[in-house]
Amino acid sequence: MSKFQFPKSIASRPVYGTLAPRPGKAHLMIADAEGAEALLDLAAQDVGLMAKAHILYIPRTTGQAYTDRLRALEPAQFYVGPSFDAALPRLRRVLSDAHMGLQVYLAGTEGLMGRAAAEVAAAGIPLGAVQTEHRGSVARRMQCVHCKGITEDVTTDPFTCSHCGLNLFVRDHYSRRLAAFQAVCIDAEDPGNVPEPVELYK
Amino acid sequence: MTIQFNDETFRGDYSFRNSPWAIKRFPFPFHEDSYMYSVNMEQHRGGPAGSVYEKRFDVDEHYVSEMRDRALVLAEDPLRCQSLPHMTLAGWDLLELIMVSKSEDYPDLFELHRDGDRWRWVNRPMGIDDTFTFMDETTLPYGPMEYITRQTQGDFAVLDQRDDNLWMDAGMVTTQADWSLDFDIGMNFFEWHAPVPLAHEMGIFKRALKFLMNVQQGAPARRLNWTMTVNPLLDTSPENYHKWGIQKTELTPENIGAKQHLRVELQTFYRLPRSNALVFPIRCYLIAFQDLVTVPKWGRRLHRVVRDLPEELATYKGFIANRPMMLDYLSQYDDGLPTSPGVWPDLDTEPPLQK
Repeated sequence: MSKFQFPKSIASRPVYGTLAPRPGKAHLMIADAEGAEALLDLAAQDVGLMAKAHILYIPRTTGQAYTDRLRALEPAQFYVGPSFDAALPRLRRVLSDAHMGLQVYLAGTEGLMGRAAAEVAAAGIPLGAVQTEHRGSVARRMQCVHCKGITEDVTTDPFTCSHCGLNLFVRDHYSRRLAAFQAVCIDAEDPGNVPEPVELYK
Repeated sequence: MTIQFNDETFRGDYSFRNSPWAIKRFPFPFHEDSYMYSVNMEQHRGGPAGSVYEKRFDVDEHYVSEMRDRALVLAEDPLRCQSLPHMTLAGWDLLELIMVSKSEDYPDLFELHRDGDRWRWVNRPMGIDDTFTFMDETTLPYGPMEYITRQTQGDFAVLDQRDDNLWMDAGMVTTQADWSLDFDIGMNFFEWHAPVPLAHEMGIFKRALKFLMNVQQGAPARRLNWTMTVNPLLDTSPENYHKWGIQKTELTPENIGAKQHLRVELQTFYRLPRSNALVFPIRCYLIAFQDLVTVPKWGRRLHRVVRDLPEELATYKGFIANRPMMLDYLSQYDDGLPTSPGVWPDLDTEPPLQK
């Protein structure tokens, strides 16, 4: 599957690369959905990597499509979870044991990478030890600046806040701490005048 | 002079007013008849007597009412004041800087008595007389940054310096020009400025960061920034934009002189001694167009600046839709005469309006 090229944007918007094997004492890999493809490509570059790898994988809508192939890489530890929230206690437990020399690989949607990166940063892992690669949906995790509620997997602009119901437009301004883009009321100066939602990047 | 503190509001009935004294000392931000971004930093080492630049933390007739407005904002939304755990020491640094400065600069209004770690702080305008132990948070009703910035006009961003960057890791932000501390906290200098158009490409932020990282103890710096606000609303927050945004559409040719305000930020920068953090006070001054044009030079110049401002900037500053009406109003106060260089009102030397 070809990778989506995000258009050039402002300085707070994350940019993603391509996962590459790095020397490390341990390798923590967190992926969702098509992010599995990035891990498969990574493993193909260095067959020794998986012996020291812990994979946390959330298939989301891809079901069984990738789980057997990931398992076949024979990672030292392999976890398949139903959601990021469900995987979070395990992730935090793993990070509490992390030592210098840990390499982190994040792959999949922006929401998954953002939330995992925030956890990794909160655990004190240096940014330089974290790689990211976007695969799959271009949906965004958005924070309503008004009610502070997060709406996951936003695919259109504008959209409706899933918490307070305001009509919001999608900004590129991004908080790594919140792992979310900022969403702002679109019809504040002309209530009710809300443009037709357009699919992101279309 | 003894300041007469106004009893006024920045919301609801908007009873905020500038006295003739406040108009004359308004920090008019345009030193020439046009405006473009620049780093425009200078040393913050006082200024002409009576000007807003004279003292380290200017106290004016709006002090008590502004602090009342801040308390209302914080009661509604405590996220406007936040401090990441490693910033507490910087909060004490800030408390010390403000208490020492204000008690020295305004001895009739503020007193600081220090006996070792035992400090007594008297804030006469606000009726506060507190004794506490310096560096012991349990002896104050709030954290040190929140305690002192509930008593000091202006927003405060407290920046940690590491990895060759500045990080917005603490702040008190209730009089902001439409940015969210809650969203931006933890960001570095380039990230929190990301939404600003044009300036990145001009290299403004790279140069500004270099300058700011080298600000030394005892050598503060300052600059001005500006935007436009309809009604004297201090709390133009993104959080409440869905409530106040509509006010931008309520301008008419009849009310624009009273409702449209030039909003100027006096931004200062101080290195803090223990934490090596940089504190960035952002003090907001508001002036109604009808008051501003009583200074002939400022009326002439504001018309020219607003007229010639690049479209991106008028859009970013949020007044592109109202610009034609603003120009209709301001053009009445521009007779085409040349203006004297610099920001000062020059009331004695500039000619009165010739039309």
